[in-house]
Amino acid sequence: MRGFKLFRPATLDEAVALLPGGRGPAEPHDARPLAGGQDLLTELKDHLVEPDALVDLTGLHELEALEVGDALRIGALCKVAALEHQPTLRAHWTVLAEAAASVASPQIRSQATVGGNLCQRPRCWYYRNEAAPCIKKGGSECFAESGMNKYNAILGGGPSYIVHPSDLAPALVCLDATVTVSGARGPRSLPLEEFFTLPTEGSIVRENVLKANELLLSLDVPSLGAGWTSTYLKARERGSYDFALASCALAVKLEGERIAAARLVLGGVAPIPWRCPDAEAFLAGKPNTPETWAAAAALATKGAEPLEHNGYKVHLAQGLVQKALRRLAGQEPTHAGGAR
Amino acid sequence: MKRPPRPQARTSEASPTLSRRTFLKGAGGVAASGVLAREALANAEPSGPPRADAEVLEGPVEVEFALNGVATKVTVEPRTTLLNALRVHLETPHTGAKEVCDRGTCGACTVLLDDEPIYACMTLAVRAHGRSVRTVEGLASGDELTAVQREMVASDGMMCGFCTPGFVMSMTACLEKNPDATEQELREACRGNLCRCGTYPHVFEAGMRVARGGAR
Repeated sequence: MRGFKLFRPATLDEAVALLPGGRGPAEPHDARPLAGGQDLLTELKDHLVEPDALVDLTGLHELEALEVGDALRIGALCKVAALEHQPTLRAHWTVLAEAAASVASPQIRSQATVGGNLCQRPRCWYYRNEAAPCIKKGGSECFAESGMNKYNAILGGGPSYIVHPSDLAPALVCLDATVTVSGARGPRSLPLEEFFTLPTEGSIVRENVLKANELLLSLDVPSLGAGWTSTYLKARERGSYDFALASCALAVKLEGERIAAARLVLGGVAPIPWRCPDAEAFLAGKPNTPETWAAAAALATKGAEPLEHNGYKVHLAQGLVQKALRRLAGQEPTHAGGAR
Repeated sequence: MKRPPRPQARTSEASPTLSRRTFLKGAGGVAASGVLAREALANAEPSGPPRADAEVLEGPVEVEFALNGVATKVTVEPRTTLLNALRVHLETPHTGAKEVCDRGTCGACTVLLDDEPIYACMTLAVRAHGRSVRTVEGLASGDELTAVQREMVASDGMMCGFCTPGFVMSMTACLEKNPDATEQELREACRGNLCRCGTYPHVFEAGMRVARGGAR
């Protein structure tokens, strides 16, 4: 049996020093940060990662904060459940509250953290199968590309075809969130949209810019501003509790009968939360009609290259976009948790 | 419910004693209790220079928590899940929480940590330190079942019964917070519980009898 240590740092500096490449302790180890543990524990149990130490972040209480004012500040250790229940957040950052309510189950949301949700690893069953040496685990091949790829990417895929599993990520990108990360060289901030990396952009075995010795610290989310509304729709194979087959984070600013501006991000269809700039540009100034919604939906999936078994995702994503636009036009009642 | 004071962590070799700083931080963090903080102050070792390194748990560690209201100690490795601690490592094993998927998807291991439903299979036992853990064993007083338990029996809310403790704990947590829960709210509360026998209609019938009756 391998040795195992659980470090419990009391400060951020202590935590960062314990991660790979940090200043201490003296003996070499492969340490991983542990927050809510709702993804990492499954990875440990399936031997996808085999660190000899975990760095328990729960002593860093300053990262638990959820500050709701003119803008949002969300600490990395804020629980996902905290986002779904905060009334001001529900009213003004609806897309985020609805996305949070759609995450997994109450048991997971009560433990899972916002930072962990954004940094969770892919759900692709080849990746999750210990016996499959896929490209996300350092192998040479993406078995999904020509295999059972029902749940894989239709946009932005290759050489890996994972989809990003987070519900909060599309919502937060839709809200133009900024993320602050800390590493050995100190904290830095960047747009959350730039935090996530396509397989061709960063390390193929990671889904974001974080290095092994860096931690996600917090998110800053500006107000959408006057006249904006937002929503999150999520299609799942199992209605009660599942990852997204496809999801849609949408914010629109309405002026009379027209859409003045829109922000649109798809989830569950690409290795990153998939922003749709062509659809956003198209929607600006258009009449708020079913014809506009259908045209925007088609633009949202522009460039999609479905694999053998996931062509349905193109239609599903387009349907979600139209449904979200209809909802924000006030033509469909809203309810928590997104599409069932 | 009074929670036990935070115990010292033991390591197999070169056991570092918890520093005053770590001790106080931990005690304050896990329990927002002035009483506990004062106890911690009284019990803390004399103050010294702050430690340079983080606390580390390795090898057997003693975890203390309130299990169904009773101060309980269990010695586990820091990688042991709360579910295994309850079912295997306790001197009196508590097997009400079931191990089924062991991956946080089925809900059979649902227990309440500080009254919040969690998957015990997805939580390290050390996370329960200084906190309250409630399992299905702690619901009944002697032979007197809680309303949720009684109505589960009366509604025939189970077949094989493996998922039942999880559903009972999820519904208990929901109805404690909101005694007037609607069926939709009960269903939301049980989204993370899976019954492969398909007894959902009877389960929610039981929950709604409690919600309407309001007697728990």
